[in-house]
Amino acid sequence: MSGDDVIEGRAWTLGHDIDTDLIIAGSYLTIRDIDEQAKHTLEVPLPDFAEEVEPGDVIVAGRNFGAGSSREQAPRLIKHLGVGAVVAAGFARIYFRNSVNLGLPALESREAFEEVEQGDEIRIELEEGLIHDETQGTTYQAAAYPDFLMGIIKAGGAIPYYKERVGTEG
Amino acid sequence: MGKTVSEKMLSTASGEDAYAGDFVEAEVDWAMVHEGLGMGVADAYEEIRPDQPPVIKDKIVSVLDHWAPPPNENAAEIHEDVKRFVDKYDIPNFYDIRGGICHQVLLEHHVRPGEIVVGTDSHTTTVGSLGAFGTGFGNTDMAAVFARGKSWFKVPETIRWDLTGELDDWVYGKDVILKIMNELSADGATYKAVEYRGDGIHAMSMDSRATLANMTVDMGGKAGLVEVDDRTMDYLDSRGRDAKEIVHPDEDADYLERHELDVSDLEPQVAEPPSPDTGVPVSDHEGRPVTQCFIGSCTNARKEDLLAVKEIVQGSQVPDDVRLIVVPSSVELWKWASHEGIWDAVMDAGGTVGNSTCGPCIAASLGVLGPNDVCLSSANRNYQGRMGSKEAEIYLANPAVVAASAVTGEITDPRNLEGSDDLVGRVGTTGRAVA
Repeated sequence: MSGDDVIEGRAWTLGHDIDTDLIIAGSYLTIRDIDEQAKHTLEVPLPDFAEEVEPGDVIVAGRNFGAGSSREQAPRLIKHLGVGAVVAAGFARIYFRNSVNLGLPALESREAFEEVEQGDEIRIELEEGLIHDETQGTTYQAAAYPDFLMGIIKAGGAIPYYKERVGTEG
Repeated sequence: MGKTVSEKMLSTASGEDAYAGDFVEAEVDWAMVHEGLGMGVADAYEEIRPDQPPVIKDKIVSVLDHWAPPPNENAAEIHEDVKRFVDKYDIPNFYDIRGGICHQVLLEHHVRPGEIVVGTDSHTTTVGSLGAFGTGFGNTDMAAVFARGKSWFKVPETIRWDLTGELDDWVYGKDVILKIMNELSADGATYKAVEYRGDGIHAMSMDSRATLANMTVDMGGKAGLVEVDDRTMDYLDSRGRDAKEIVHPDEDADYLERHELDVSDLEPQVAEPPSPDTGVPVSDHEGRPVTQCFIGSCTNARKEDLLAVKEIVQGSQVPDDVRLIVVPSSVELWKWASHEGIWDAVMDAGGTVGNSTCGPCIAASLGVLGPNDVCLSSANRNYQGRMGSKEAEIYLANPAVVAASAVTGEITDPRNLEGSDDLVGRVGTTGRAVA
């Protein structure tokens, strides 16, 4: 996944305010086996998601995606299940940072949220921030990242990014 | 151009002349971790910088609070992993399960005005009640802070609330923040700092200020900065601490939005599921039956809150089909409440007292909800499934409302308890205990 500039898969659509309790509920947080834990990802709003999601699929959601708790398990499990990127009308702050740190692209586009439909074939060009809905023949431009955040995503996340730099930084 | 509190604090911490929108690298004064240390921080740190002590090990505050003591084997393993890291690097500020909830530990023992605080918990904004810039981080971000002693921040724009007036009896900081959240909405402060200032703050207790700062994150806020005044300094004095720096905004600071609120006319508020930004006057929800009344969490289980609970429940009996569960914000507060007779009052009323832990707020322990539960909670979140069953309903309110509702079995305005047939007139017109 890391270093790949193109993400391709089906869209899974969600509404506004998908908080991190909906992404992974508190009672599952102490599960230590990530495969076991991942089975509960988004189980309230999308009961079939964990079973049916395929590598490269894209979540397309409304405002305030990832609101609430700082639990990093939220983007981690989404990535673990193979999701290639999350597109949303807006992201909650801590969720956005966590997603970038784990190398899971989080792309902001209100228009994409408004128009993309469940199951549409999506192709994302990550470097350019272009979201193509191949089913509908539309293209959306995601909000740009500052360069260093793009650098973290392309390195595969904060761990590889900082591992390279720690010891050489001032 | 003048600066907001956040612009000043992040400028100082980074050595840059920073304004909203700039990215800076800021040194942190405190790095708080809870069970997150054993759920990802330690592993990520060892990948970034193996076998070397964290560069800020003296600034780490390590607390076990979310699943404390461990309510299941997985949590016990997590606690073991935390202790392994703490022992390996000899981390001095390790509280284990003996401090209580992490944010209260920070308020009681560590944070000073002017400091930059990061924590592996979204409610790290709570330290804003002491004029510190506190914000939540995930595990990997925290590992990078352990390795570097600093982190990147985007300097936020600021929304400023100028408060006037004085809170009525049985009305608290909780009601102020629920009202503000209804106006701004659940993402109305996303990426922004919120400043709370004015005479309305000066008249407010430190406990109520803590609630304001705490729930700032629940409208998306990055930091909740409460004005530092004499009351703040008296509190710090009582804890044997001083200020690092008292930071006030410049007269000509550039705010994204400015709002005013006279808190004198504010009524107790209740937020309905599934979002905390739905606060309305309690009268809109009065009469709704409840099955669990929970006073606890980092939001509202401090002295002001626990005293209200005692005043309201003492001498009464909680109905058979209601669970009243009280969990204080810290171990120190647990002991204080015991000496004040608060636990006697709760137990005699048929309630339950728990050790200081997050517990019910995150469905960890001490009162997980079943499918038919309707819970009135003094905590901060009422998302679907938050406290247990996804079919349970969670309403949010201040501790006086929760306590009053525990006594009647339905959502109750505590101001309406006076002269109620169920109580023996112990709550007088001032809302304070008459005996």
